[in-house]
Amino acid sequence: MSFFARFARNRGALFGLIILWVIIGMAILAPIVFPESPWRMVQRPFLPPFAVDGMWLGTDTMGRNVAAGLMHGAWVSLLIGLISTSVALLIGVPLGAIAGYYGGWLDDALMRFTEFFQTIPNFALAIVLVAVMQPSVTSIVLAIALVSWPPVARLVRAEFMSLRHREYVEAARLIGQTNTQIILRQILPNTLSPIIVLASLMVATAILLESSLSFLGLGDPNAMSWGYMIGAARTVIRQAWWLSFIPGVAILLTVLALNLVGEGLDDALNPKLARERH
Amino acid sequence: MNEPLPPSRSELPCGNETALPTAPGLRKLFGGLGLTILTALPISALAEETQEQPRRGGVIDTIIQPEPPGLVLGMIQNAPTRTVAGNIYEGLLRYTTDLEPIPQLAESWDVSEDGKVYTFHLRENVLWHDGEPFTAADAVFSADVFHRELNPSARAVLEHVESIEAPDDHTVVFTLKQPFGPFLLSFEAGTFTMVPKHIYEGTDFRNNDANNHPIGTGPFKFDSWDRGTVIKLTRNEDYYEEDLPYLDGVNWHIIPDGASRAVAYENGTVDVLPYGTVENFDVPRLSELDNTCSTEQGHEYFSPFAMLWMNNRHGPMTDKRFRQAVMYAMDREFARDVLWNGMGQVPLGAFGSNARFQNEDLTPYDYDPDRARELLDEMGYDGTEVTLLPVPYGETWTRWAEAVQQNLKEVGINVRTVATDVGGWNQRLAERDYDLAFTYLYQYGDPALGISRSYLSTNTAAGSPWNNVEGYANPKVDELFNAAATAHPDSEREALYHEVQEILQEDVPLGWLLELGFPTIYRCNVKNLVNSAVGVNEGFRDAWIDE
Repeated sequence: MSFFARFARNRGALFGLIILWVIIGMAILAPIVFPESPWRMVQRPFLPPFAVDGMWLGTDTMGRNVAAGLMHGAWVSLLIGLISTSVALLIGVPLGAIAGYYGGWLDDALMRFTEFFQTIPNFALAIVLVAVMQPSVTSIVLAIALVSWPPVARLVRAEFMSLRHREYVEAARLIGQTNTQIILRQILPNTLSPIIVLASLMVATAILLESSLSFLGLGDPNAMSWGYMIGAARTVIRQAWWLSFIPGVAILLTVLALNLVGEGLDDALNPKLARERH
Repeated sequence: MNEPLPPSRSELPCGNETALPTAPGLRKLFGGLGLTILTALPISALAEETQEQPRRGGVIDTIIQPEPPGLVLGMIQNAPTRTVAGNIYEGLLRYTTDLEPIPQLAESWDVSEDGKVYTFHLRENVLWHDGEPFTAADAVFSADVFHRELNPSARAVLEHVESIEAPDDHTVVFTLKQPFGPFLLSFEAGTFTMVPKHIYEGTDFRNNDANNHPIGTGPFKFDSWDRGTVIKLTRNEDYYEEDLPYLDGVNWHIIPDGASRAVAYENGTVDVLPYGTVENFDVPRLSELDNTCSTEQGHEYFSPFAMLWMNNRHGPMTDKRFRQAVMYAMDREFARDVLWNGMGQVPLGAFGSNARFQNEDLTPYDYDPDRARELLDEMGYDGTEVTLLPVPYGETWTRWAEAVQQNLKEVGINVRTVATDVGGWNQRLAERDYDLAFTYLYQYGDPALGISRSYLSTNTAAGSPWNNVEGYANPKVDELFNAAATAHPDSEREALYHEVQEILQEDVPLGWLLELGFPTIYRCNVKNLVNSAVGVNEGFRDAWIDE
């Protein structure tokens, strides 16, 4: 059975993938559909959805087009989700690989270091980091990456520990491959599937984290993101509920889609486990 | 100020002074050597509103936002301290909403003809909250020792003072080095607060135990302060105005969240929302509730003026054409109508509409993006990035920065907003580490008190976020402002101030955004609450609750 067929057997995953493509499409098409800045004040403030032609989703507290904000926001949210996850992987994978492969005191040291990050609540640490570094896209990406790499390191370490004494690893050692070669060429490719599944979920978490930060006013003041839209609309929720509702639904759908896709990937990459489960 | 009030002036409604049962010291002395200026309280207006007889009793629940760092007025000058402690402490004078002085602890005053000697005649039956009598010695101590050490704004006024003396127990004489036009405007409770000499003399003021239990002469005594929850004031039974105050007490609730403050009013927990306690977009909704009144009066003394600092020291801001372009690019009407719910006024120039000596003939900077683009072309602006620092005081200010950023981008100015917290904002301004930055400043009624400080080149020293932060330096402007501060009489001051405004209008040292309108919202059965130029800061003295 092909990879995609295995993936598509999970109907939910297929559904998630469709939503995800729609959102990616929104992000890509944003500059074409709304070439003007989403910060531009274009109409009267507080227009409800569909009240005026061309303002499908209404306008916000300052008369900015909510639809434009939503589409440009998709770009910001996805970008932050993807980059911060990549950065987290770049930190977590090498650390976990080294700890799991070498073991001993190196493992101890690296795991204590990891636990240091794990003992601090994620969100609290992210707030502190962003507040200290001044809110900007870069500082937010860094903060999210810094709070989300420990699970990656733990996962990779566990995989390495279970794989490092397998026969094919022993064989590679016997033919004289160096440790680096063994880590990169032998073991790492075999740990990829759980990492990919974890990464897809991490993107979802990162989007949520960014939204929460923006909601608290710690977003990049120059980037229109969904979390910013909700944060700005929160105070007027009694006058204009749709201003928080619309971006809220967007976040919900994106995170749901990413979770469904993650589950589908899990099924597709671990067909054995999936068969047992179903 | 040194002229007797023309009769028509006293007909103007000055708040609701009217409900005062005993109009204080209505001596009126005109002419001769000393002109005694006294507020005749508007007696004609009195008749209209006093059909309602003030009722004794009742406690008012209100809100203070944010929680003040302390309550010793004079030692601490920030807004929440002024608001609560203005009901505990008093100054020599109060001011009507037209900024005319009226008696408080001084029942009358004379000004010598050369404008250099001010003689205050104090009330004789005033007691401190601990029972000691208030005398001229307290007044001299407060002005000459306490405020000289602790209070920068009082110190600035004291620069002009040669000596402060008490010839007898109930007379204080201020002798100035040269005439100082706004002198009579400096005696508000928050500037020259009267503090008890017998408690503070010879002590370390800042670490005096009495700071935890403020002792003033005001209508309310400090009762208790449950940190983070409520500050309670109770009626001063020995207050010198018989019958006042009508209320038994005032409870200042501390509610950190804006939405919860609005709810507290809606569900009846509090009856008065002083200015700044609810977000602007809640104002129309709350104002429409049953039995709810609101007024924009009661901050004339402060007249908060929102400004955009433009760092004249570097980058494109060094070119006045760039600064003019910024003024043309900003849609200030939009900011007022949408962000401030129509409250406030778009300023003509450097002098607000409440300021004395405003030159009304200036050409306003109307919203004109095309003119802004022309100016930028003319100067050859190359797209250098400029940063914008918003005021971190809540949603309205954040939205405002977004609107200004967008306005500026639309004329081609490359702006990036830098978010920061209150500490970071103060620090960046103090260290001049910014390009464009929002702020708002109090006007204090007279250009020499509240306006010249932002433009004098002698006031540019780094370290303060409240002086000439933009770094504008123009010897002609310095000369005119300095001459106007000490000129006498007012007609001469006026001519000098009009000239300086023309120069400032051309040079645009900073952006003039909005004269802010801050409404006070209250239940309509709370009567006569906002009755002077500082509103609720001292309004509870005369307030009463109708059935």
